[in-house]
Amino acid sequence: MATTKNKIVKKSAPQVSSVKSVFQNYAPAPESSDHIQLKSQYDLFINGKFVKPLSKEYYDTINPATGKKIASVAKGNEKDIDAAVKSANKAFETWSKTAPKERAKYIYRIARMIQERAREFAVIETMNGGKSIRESRDIDVPLAANHFFYYAGWADKLEYAFPNRNPKPIGVAGQIIPWNFPLLMAAWKIAPALATGNTVVLKPAETTPLTALKLAEIIQESGLPDGVVNIVTGFGDCGAALVNHPQVNKIAFTGSTPVGKYIQKAIAGTSKKVTLELGGKAANIIFDDAPIDQAVEGIVNGIFFNQGHVCCAGSRLFIQENVAEKVIKKLKERMKTLIVGDPMDKNTDIGAINSQAQLDKINHYIKLGQKEGAEIFQPECSIPSHGFFCKPTLFIGTSQSHRIVQEEIFGPVLTIQTFRTIEEVIEKANNIPYGLSAGVWTDKGSKIFNLTSKLRVGVVWANTYNKFDPTSPFGGYKESGFGREGGVHGLLPYVKF
Amino acid sequence: MNKSWISPTIDQVGVEERVTRFNTRSVKKESKMQGMLLALNMIDLTTLEGKDTAGKVKQMCYKAMHLADDIEGLPTVAAVCVYPNHVKTAKKALQGSNVKIASVATAFPSGNSSRKIKLEDVKIAVTNGADEVDMVISRGEFLAGNYNFVFDEIAAIKEACGPARLKVILETGELSTLDNVRKASDIAIYAGADFIKTSTGKIQPAATMPVTLVMLQAIKDYYDESGIMIGMKPAGGISTSKQALQYLVMLYETLGEKWMTNEWFRFGASSLANDILLQLGKEKYGVYYSGDYISKD
Repeated sequence: MATTKNKIVKKSAPQVSSVKSVFQNYAPAPESSDHIQLKSQYDLFINGKFVKPLSKEYYDTINPATGKKIASVAKGNEKDIDAAVKSANKAFETWSKTAPKERAKYIYRIARMIQERAREFAVIETMNGGKSIRESRDIDVPLAANHFFYYAGWADKLEYAFPNRNPKPIGVAGQIIPWNFPLLMAAWKIAPALATGNTVVLKPAETTPLTALKLAEIIQESGLPDGVVNIVTGFGDCGAALVNHPQVNKIAFTGSTPVGKYIQKAIAGTSKKVTLELGGKAANIIFDDAPIDQAVEGIVNGIFFNQGHVCCAGSRLFIQENVAEKVIKKLKERMKTLIVGDPMDKNTDIGAINSQAQLDKINHYIKLGQKEGAEIFQPECSIPSHGFFCKPTLFIGTSQSHRIVQEEIFGPVLTIQTFRTIEEVIEKANNIPYGLSAGVWTDKGSKIFNLTSKLRVGVVWANTYNKFDPTSPFGGYKESGFGREGGVHGLLPYVKF
Repeated sequence: MNKSWISPTIDQVGVEERVTRFNTRSVKKESKMQGMLLALNMIDLTTLEGKDTAGKVKQMCYKAMHLADDIEGLPTVAAVCVYPNHVKTAKKALQGSNVKIASVATAFPSGNSSRKIKLEDVKIAVTNGADEVDMVISRGEFLAGNYNFVFDEIAAIKEACGPARLKVILETGELSTLDNVRKASDIAIYAGADFIKTSTGKIQPAATMPVTLVMLQAIKDYYDESGIMIGMKPAGGISTSKQALQYLVMLYETLGEKWMTNEWFRFGASSLANDILLQLGKEKYGVYYSGDYISKD
């Protein structure tokens, strides 16, 4: 008996060869989508009801991982926006006078309902947007619920947030959100608006309307008074109509800098309040005394989180020259373990690019980088043949003058520059029209504080990256926009004194 | 001295986040099966008690070779781990098998003795037939900052080991910070360790994933520098197959395929084997059977 057993096992395990191949990508572990409920057609959510668009038009929303249609969605136009704004305006009369603690109850209820249906939200977010199920499950959906919880708490404490200033709601908030964090951005916008007594017309991004429409279902079930939140899906003209509607009192926009500039121009001369959260091209700075292995992890989280579709992505890496070689070597090795592919697989690190248009833009920049003479690195990972996918990409040996360094790519593409002194890196980090975020990696606390006061950005992460919390304000400098979302600061844009 | 001799700093929060990422890997189906078989094959089946007897050691050795004879295709464990005075018994019991004999030495588990006695302890273990020696470092000297003492002691013991492979136990539960874990790992590796090991199992906390990750990264940096592979052995506190798979994921994503054998990675554990057998039995019979079906040697 013993001898037969021992024949099986030599000095090292005979299974080893097969283990190698099996651990390469792990076995497929797809999240089930059986439990979700999706309609084949979605209407507009206006005045507490789902209504057909006055345009009578619908468009297809697809799954970017497969290119296949998921549902048709109403294409709202100017008239639909008008109906939504009027309903919000009417609802404002009573909602703004509703007792703050009553308002809080509704917001709490929405938060809890998101939690109860977290799996459904995560699956739909991944199907519609292409982000990995790991991220939508562990980051997007819990954070969205937390934003509602957090601002529910503020609803009856506004006089503590603004002592002796008698804060009052503004009116109808027109909110336009992007496709990179569809549910989370809806939460960032809706929660503080409701807590402060405003009513809302929200326009989701055209490529990712589904979780906002599921949120509309929750809002309907929660019993929130009709018209307090209206959700109108559509394209750019729909957003423009919202911005230009005379009965909208406040615009909150998250998206690209060119559209932000358009909004600024459009509302000039009106009394509309505005907050803009726009593009970014953040510096992630690695000093020689940094915890190197953790910094490498931070670089990966900084740029490859959500396929790099993050306005605060750490897309410009600065490494102190004496550790550059080591950091780049470790980074390349770490990238080889990243799994790119089916976003619904629980082991996927990098999912699908949100749309064909975005993939084209990223590929344009990858070509441009090579043309500009930067050294390209992509790990030898397989990517699916269908759907929109992009390998994680490094450009080594870049300089401030490269266009791939200057312009926002909004994809999994990282440019690497080296620096020698702290003055040099501060100058280079600030030498960009954007100013949303930055990362600093060093073991020295004094160096961190020195940099936080000199980097012209809204958020500086020290020895971490891409950390979000409802209690923490978020927003930009320069062409990354103005106004803050999150924290007590996030209440300010929704009140007047 | 080599430039990499200065240990890099460690950020604990970052290490813990990385560990969380490993633990979200979903290892299912054939990956899980293969992973569990590999984990079984990496176990150092251990008995290190004051009340150890020849009888107990013999029973454990039989189990090491016959984990569960009703399930076909099982490997043996990698080694048994005993005190030096039981090495001879184990050697005899394991004759003809490929299961290695590891012996703890150097005034295990405290390490509080003279160097002369520690060296003697090692020699007894090796003369009696140990293939591997698990030593403990002098944590007191380390914490007092006497790094040269710790280094020299390991180097001397490595010499005394002769052909036996040396595993150096850092007893990370007494080192307090991950910076210390990294520093102690580097000292052990540069002083001649063939393996570095987290714990004796006598101190809590024993092996944790953050501690093991820091040690794996030290191994990685040394390999990048020198091309020399060093083994890793987390010990104590790993008792479920799920945990073992998480460690293997961490090993795979940190050091890669080359380390995925029992020549370079071991689990110091006594109850892990039975949990894996329970899982494998479930695969075979379709149900979880009672723990009484699994031998407790």
